[in-house]
Amino acid sequence: MTEYRSGDLVRCTGGGREYAATYITERDGKAVVKLDSGYNIGVPFETLSWEGRPEIEPPGLARPFQREDLPELAIISTGGTIASRVDYRTGAVTSQFSAEDILRAIPDLASIGRFRTEQISSILSENMTRRIWQDLARAIFHDLKSGVAGVIVTHGTDTMAYSAAAISFMVETPVPVIFVGSQRSADRPSSDNAMNALCAASAAVSPLGEVAVVMHATTSDDRCAIHRGTRVRKMHTSRRDAFQSMGMPPIGRVDYPDLSVTLSGEAVARGEREPVLREKMEERCGLVSFHPGMDPLVLEAYRGYRGLVLAGTGLGHVSTPWVKGLAELARDGVSVVMTSQCLHGRVCDRVYDTGRDLLAAGVMEGEDMLPEVALVKLMWVLGQADDDREVRALMGENLRGETRGRSTHGL
Amino acid sequence: MDSEAPPLMAGLEIHQQLDTCEKLFCHCPTRLREVKERNGEFTRFLRATESEMGEIDRAALEEMRTIRRFTYYTYDTTCLVEDDEEPPAPLNQEAVAICLTIARCFGMHPVEQVHTMRKIVIDGSNTCGFQRTALVAMGGSLPGGARIETICLEEDAAQRVTDQVFSLDRLGIPLVEITTGPDLRTPEEVQEVAEYIGMVLRSTGKVKRGKGTIRQDINISIPGGARVEIKGVQELELIAEVVRREMERQENLIAIRDELKGRGACVDEDQIDVTSIFKGTKSSILEKAKMVLAVRLKGFSGFVGKEIQPGRRLGSELADYAKRCGVGGIFHTDELPAYGIAAEEVQSVREKAMAGDDDAVVLVAGSAEKARCAAKQVIRRAGMALAGVPEETRRMLEDGSTAYMRPLPGAARMYPETDIFPVSVEKAFWEGIPVPELLIGKAKRFEQEFGLDPPAAYQAATSENLPAFEEAIREGVKPTLAFRVIITAPVELARKGVDVGKVSQADYLAILSAIERGRVAKEAVPDLITAIAGGTPPDQAVASLVTPVSNDELTRIIRKIIGERKEFVAQKGMGALGPLMGLVMQEVRGKVDGKLVSEALRRELERSA
Repeated sequence: MTEYRSGDLVRCTGGGREYAATYITERDGKAVVKLDSGYNIGVPFETLSWEGRPEIEPPGLARPFQREDLPELAIISTGGTIASRVDYRTGAVTSQFSAEDILRAIPDLASIGRFRTEQISSILSENMTRRIWQDLARAIFHDLKSGVAGVIVTHGTDTMAYSAAAISFMVETPVPVIFVGSQRSADRPSSDNAMNALCAASAAVSPLGEVAVVMHATTSDDRCAIHRGTRVRKMHTSRRDAFQSMGMPPIGRVDYPDLSVTLSGEAVARGEREPVLREKMEERCGLVSFHPGMDPLVLEAYRGYRGLVLAGTGLGHVSTPWVKGLAELARDGVSVVMTSQCLHGRVCDRVYDTGRDLLAAGVMEGEDMLPEVALVKLMWVLGQADDDREVRALMGENLRGETRGRSTHGL
Repeated sequence: MDSEAPPLMAGLEIHQQLDTCEKLFCHCPTRLREVKERNGEFTRFLRATESEMGEIDRAALEEMRTIRRFTYYTYDTTCLVEDDEEPPAPLNQEAVAICLTIARCFGMHPVEQVHTMRKIVIDGSNTCGFQRTALVAMGGSLPGGARIETICLEEDAAQRVTDQVFSLDRLGIPLVEITTGPDLRTPEEVQEVAEYIGMVLRSTGKVKRGKGTIRQDINISIPGGARVEIKGVQELELIAEVVRREMERQENLIAIRDELKGRGACVDEDQIDVTSIFKGTKSSILEKAKMVLAVRLKGFSGFVGKEIQPGRRLGSELADYAKRCGVGGIFHTDELPAYGIAAEEVQSVREKAMAGDDDAVVLVAGSAEKARCAAKQVIRRAGMALAGVPEETRRMLEDGSTAYMRPLPGAARMYPETDIFPVSVEKAFWEGIPVPELLIGKAKRFEQEFGLDPPAAYQAATSENLPAFEEAIREGVKPTLAFRVIITAPVELARKGVDVGKVSQADYLAILSAIERGRVAKEAVPDLITAIAGGTPPDQAVASLVTPVSNDELTRIIRKIIGERKEFVAQKGMGALGPLMGLVMQEVRGKVDGKLVSEALRRELERSA
């Protein structure tokens, strides 16, 4: 059988007719070809005959212009697609990572800053690892040391909040480090990629000085919210405004299309901190979401771990049979932190007996930390401290805005 | 002229909404809504994406000339898929089956593996910026020999409410797009083929009916002209006229080109600022404008104002292009002085533009940006006049003339919809799809089986109420009665303004059942339909008409009528039965069956004789 390659010219016979087409790919045993009309159809391979392989000249693309008088921004991509290009000849959609390609796709960026880009990985965000967080932290720190006005990290949205929290702990920054992505693919004319990128770039040159996520604030293309990296969560599978600040209002907003940035009084200001890198992280940490009737045997899987975060029910509970198992883990040196599945509100294990038993077993209250933020923080804290008292002290301290002493009215 | 009419190449693209329960890529109902029923709105920008070739599709680029913010209305019958906030559901299998049924009617060959594509459309009518469409079958034919090239299944676009506001109720309703070859040779043939395809579509019983549910696009070219696509012709009976007018337009544009060439006409690239000439002008448009620009069209004098189609001049074409920049229109020297522009002002413009007697000057006005954009567009379109007929997508105006809409889309604007898995059309499934009886065949059968005359049989077969008609006959109702109640009565009442659309097929069957059981008289049908259309449930409507006229009362009415016409009755004897019958029926207003009235009347006439 002929080895067809995407882009090959072929002839198809079928339906009593013969027509020219372009071979695209194989799908479920059929040859997918593109007709001159632009439509793809799947046909049996037997109906194809090979016609030729066209020489495709690489497109002569104009070099985008970068203005030297604008602040320098670093774009670090991890695999989230902020820009893509469609090859209508084959239908292939390719992600764009170089500064030039991104500027070509979103030309308005060039009026906000000049850009340098670096790609540290190209993964789907569900494949994010501690190692890539560390690479990312080092790359950001390098850019901070070289004096960029801001850093933009493009990231898949699934685990963006975890990464934003991880970088919040690993890197202290004097300038904005903005995580951005898109909920609707960058190839579509309606994608949120361009507006999110423009808002992210505007936030990156703003007077902000912390790690944040900048994404659509509403379903409309009217403004983006600036969320603190340790208080943000993806709260919808697909909507543009999936990212929400939890337990506090967003720390700012970027209006669109005018791109004006408004920061709240809580936002950390640019220049307040010096760049510091502490990228060590303990990988042997877990996060378990408790459910009614859950067998305490699952805790056995965490023997040998150094940290375990529980997403408990309500005020921070697991069933009575779990208490013993948790006490054993704690005795063996596992730091156990309780958070709540409620996501909103504060853990309090002093109200009911189970809670008091958990405290007696050595479980720490995670206050109002989000479960996944508590996990990331625990990984980082265990990378910095060995001593149980030190670990408890750091976990209880508000380091990057991840926990708040007061649960304020109206949220 | 007619006998020497140039040969025509025309083809049709027919878009028909399918009457499925759910939309093509989500589980929302396929119901149209009133704008006032909306429950929310949101706004979006659309952005053309760069293709691999570094080109933005020219139709898309044209739309981008006016960067626009679109507003969308949502309803309790739309969901996040229409909002472009959720990936699409799998391709609606009911719609695929209907599409394949239609393909069988035209003797087409199905695609073995159907792939859904994204077709870039950034005029705002699709929230995604593309329309999802799938090629389902190819290679069919029409009785006259013309080819049906393809049938595609696609989602309908959002309905435009105003310029930049769209309503999402229509977005996602399944449509079939049927494309004929460029095989049609006369305006009449184009219309006949459109009628025939429409008849076949309705034969499936699974297509939506009524205004806006079928739209015809016509592709037309004549030798020496260019391919022009006329979008969205909704009135079938206007199709031949639209084709004739487009042929005329292309012939005239070709003639203008030849004459312009003869004159050595050309178009300057210069935009001449004439704002100062119109300080204090009586033309309010020019007076208000921040900038007025003049474009000299060398050798164009007399042609800009020349009619190319009823109500349309070359100037109208220039204006259509200029309007893309947001200006209201243009002025040109073939129609000036007028509109408050004085002869001296025209003279000054001519002088400043260094225009000779043979030259025309076009004026555009607006903000500096709009005026420059509009002047550029005028120069572009005038340049095309020197080449003849530009390839364009046009929209139909009310009378059958057309206006420029956008350039013909380039071919390279489709890529795969990766969120939808391909659908296999298995051989057994295809062969198991029943081919419906065509409505013209059905009409013949109604003539033969039910004794309906040909026009009545055709009316029944093509009526929207055909399913109820056939159901009634299956239930044993006499064809003539079913015809009267289900087919003709609603048409007559609709003419009187009764909203018969509110009367369901089940309602008609309920009416027939009440008649058959003798609960109401046939004469009550109009009252019943009117009551049901007005919102009365059928049971209640029937109950309100059942025997409010007792036998005694009927006798009293008959005696009164006979008493008032003693002489007439004496003179005619039993011959008075017919004429009096009408009067009695009027009195009882259909509440008593005609047969009962006639018996009672006969009895009373005999008694009084």
